[in-house]
Amino acid sequence: MNDYILALVGGALIGLAVSVMLLFNGRVTGISGIFYGAVVKPVQNDKTWRWYFIFGLLIGGLILQFFYPTAFSLGLKEESWTVVVAGLLVGFGTVLGNGCTSGHGVCGISRLSIRSILATVTFIVAGILSVYIFRQIGVLP
Amino acid sequence: MKNNIVALIVGIIFALGLGISGMTRPEKVIGFLNIFGTWDGSLAFVMLGAIGVHFVAYRLIRRRKSPLFSEQFFVPTANELTPSLFMGAFIFGVGWALAGYCPGPAIVSLSSFQLRPAVFVVSMILGMIIFRIYQILISKRRP
Repeated sequence: MNDYILALVGGALIGLAVSVMLLFNGRVTGISGIFYGAVVKPVQNDKTWRWYFIFGLLIGGLILQFFYPTAFSLGLKEESWTVVVAGLLVGFGTVLGNGCTSGHGVCGISRLSIRSILATVTFIVAGILSVYIFRQIGVLP
Repeated sequence: MKNNIVALIVGIIFALGLGISGMTRPEKVIGFLNIFGTWDGSLAFVMLGAIGVHFVAYRLIRRRKSPLFSEQFFVPTANELTPSLFMGAFIFGVGWALAGYCPGPAIVSLSSFQLRPAVFVVSMILGMIIFRIYQILISKRRP
């Protein structure tokens, strides 16, 4: 199938998932926040569902690995230090900015939160500038 | 318990959506951000699909007094535009571009048993711990 159709279908599934979370549990599905509250700064009585959600992500990953391993194809060959630096920045940045692609980009924009719209514009612009600069200096191919 | 089962199912659907859409493939994410080079615009349709569904669903769901399995909605109400919001989003954007992973796809990719997502997730946890330490130091300085 065409990449654009797959993107639209996958996106609709993500929209469905966050809607189910809101309808039943009344919660926003912000992955960085859920993960932070499970792994780094556990909140009393508010931890278990977070782990269930993370297990769900991993089970979904196993289903993909089994039926659609292309989802994990790595076309990139890079130095491993870049992955370490990237992980540090994403961990620090998402907690400082209160969200990532799911919390700000999907949930926040859908409810027209000004904070989330501006955060999303900021991280996409930062991403575009970074790819440009990293390609200029040869960090990315 | 009901809430936990919902969270589990939501996690599974979310992961399938990320995998099908192409978000778990770092070279596609970097291709999407590479607008000054050979741009791969397909991932814009992920946001279109997700927001398209949730924009409508959000409004229908919020007509209810409360969610089905909880006493109340836990939707953020903050509307202050703080420097941390922009700083954090910017730092996240740089990291996202560097490895092509945001938190969700990286966690889902652990199930592929490749080294790359594992290194990324461990580093991401470390980044979050560094934030926590930074936050504690800041709050001690200004009681």
